[in-house]
Amino acid sequence: MSMPYYASPEQLVRDRSEYARKNIARGRDVAVLSYAGGILFVAVNPSSALHKVSEIYDRIGFAAVGKYNEFENLRIAGVRYADMRGFAYDRSDVTGRGLANAFAQTLGSIFIENSKPYEVEIVVAEVGETEDEDQLYRLTYDGTVGDEADFVAIGGQAEAVGGSLRESYAPGLDLATGLRHAVTALQAGVAAANGGDTPAVEATGLEVAILDRERAGRAFRRVSGDALAELLA
Amino acid sequence: MTSSQGRLPDAYLAAGMPSFHDFLSGAAPELLPGRRGLDGPLPLEGVRHGTTIVALICDGGVVMAGDRRATMGNVIAQRDIDKVFAADEFSAIGIAGTAGIAVEMVRLFQVELEHYEKLEGRVLSLDGKANRLTTMIRGNLGMAMQGLAVLPLFAGFDVARGTGRIISYDVTGGRSDETGYYAVGSGSVFARGALKKRYREGVSPDEAVALAVNALYDAADDDTATGGPDLTRRIFPVVAVVTANGFRRLPDQEVGAVVEAVVAERMTNPGG
Repeated sequence: MSMPYYASPEQLVRDRSEYARKNIARGRDVAVLSYAGGILFVAVNPSSALHKVSEIYDRIGFAAVGKYNEFENLRIAGVRYADMRGFAYDRSDVTGRGLANAFAQTLGSIFIENSKPYEVEIVVAEVGETEDEDQLYRLTYDGTVGDEADFVAIGGQAEAVGGSLRESYAPGLDLATGLRHAVTALQAGVAAANGGDTPAVEATGLEVAILDRERAGRAFRRVSGDALAELLA
Repeated sequence: MTSSQGRLPDAYLAAGMPSFHDFLSGAAPELLPGRRGLDGPLPLEGVRHGTTIVALICDGGVVMAGDRRATMGNVIAQRDIDKVFAADEFSAIGIAGTAGIAVEMVRLFQVELEHYEKLEGRVLSLDGKANRLTTMIRGNLGMAMQGLAVLPLFAGFDVARGTGRIISYDVTGGRSDETGYYAVGSGSVFARGALKKRYREGVSPDEAVALAVNALYDAADDDTATGGPDLTRRIFPVVAVVTANGFRRLPDQEVGAVVEAVVAERMTNPGG
C-alpha cells in the first residue's frame, strides 16, 4: 500500500504563493489613482486589443496584471455579477465593495482548492462623489484584500511604482498632472525591472482609462489616440 | 447569487456567450420576464396596458414617439407612463402591450446590449440588437397566448449604413424592417393612416417630430386607449430622436411647443 502524500498547510500555502508571485513578478505594472475629476488607470500594455483595464459597471472599473486568461475570466465574472445585481435589485445597489468581496472569496477558494492558484493581481475601483469617497481595492492571488487610499500600484515592480507615486501624489490633481505622475511612476517600474538600460515608456505602449466623476450613468471612458497625446504633451 | 462561502458560482467563471439573457436563463431563470406560465387567461381589467408608439425614419436618423396613457380595461390606469426608452446610445425601444412585462423586457434588453459591449469591447450591430430582441419576445410567447402580449417597436441609427432604421415584431418574435414609418399598439391603425398621408421620404428631424405628434393626436382622436396631449396637466408625448450624435429624448418644453402648434392647427381643422 502506498502512503498518501502529505504536505503541511504551511508548506502548501508557501509553495503556491511562491509560484503565483514568481509569475506575477514578470508582469508589467498598472497604476490607479484618484484625481480631482475621477479615477485614472494607467497600464503599461503594448496591445491595444487585450485590455488590462476595463469597465465593470456604472462607477466601477477593473485593472489587472498577470495571466491574461485568468484575469479575463475574473473580469467576465465581475461584469456578470454586477449586471445580475443591477438587474435583480437596482443600478445604485451595485457597489465596488460587494464586487471586491466576491473576487476575494473566489480568489481565496481557487488558491486553496484548485490545482494551481490564479497568477493575478487586480484592482477594483469605484469613483465617488468626491475624492475622499473614491474606493480602491487591491486583491492578490490568495484573496487578500487591501483598501487603499489615493493610489495603488500592481505588477512585478509595484513597489517601485508605488514608491514613485508616494513622492509625487497629492490630492486634487488634474488629469494631465495625474497622468504625468503615473507615467513617471511606471517608468520607475520599467527601470527597476531592467536595471540600467531602460527603454522609455511611449504613449503607444500605454493603456489609459478614467472613471469620470461628473458623468452620469456609465462613467468609464478610454483615453487614447489624439486625446492621450494631448494630455501627455 | 453567490454560494455559501461567497465564492462566485462556476457559471460566472465559465466560458460562454456574451449574452446576459442567456446567462440569466442558466444562472437565475426566475428573473426572466414572462417566464412564469399561467393556468388560464388573466382578467385583463387588472393589468396595465400601454398603447400607441410611432416611429419615422428621417434625414440622418429616426424619430420615435409614444403617448402617455396606460389602461386597465376601461379605466385610465396611468396618465404619464413612459413607453419610449433608450436601448443604448444609438437605439430606441418603444413598447405596446402588457406594461409590467414590457418594462421588464426593456430593462433586460438594455442590460443585454450593455453586457455585450462590456464583454466584447465593441457595440452590437443594429441587426444583432434586433435579433436579441426577437429571442426575448419569443420567450414571452406563452404569456402572449394568454393575453399578456408585449409588442415592442425597435428603431435606431445604423452606424454601419449611416441611416435610421425601424424594426417591428409580432408576438412570435418575427421581425421585419419597415421602410419610412411604422406604429404599434391599439391606436396604431389610426396613427399609420395619418402617417400614410403626411409622411414623405427624407423629412428633417424637426418635421418628423411634428408628424409623430400629429399621428399620435389622430390615434388618440379615434382610439380610447391612446392618450391625447394633456395641455392642462402639461403631459406630452415622449419623443426621442436618434441620429449619428446618439439618442436624445426631447425635453418637455420642446415637445410642448410642438404640441401647442399641432393643437392650434386643429382648432381650425379638427380632422387634421
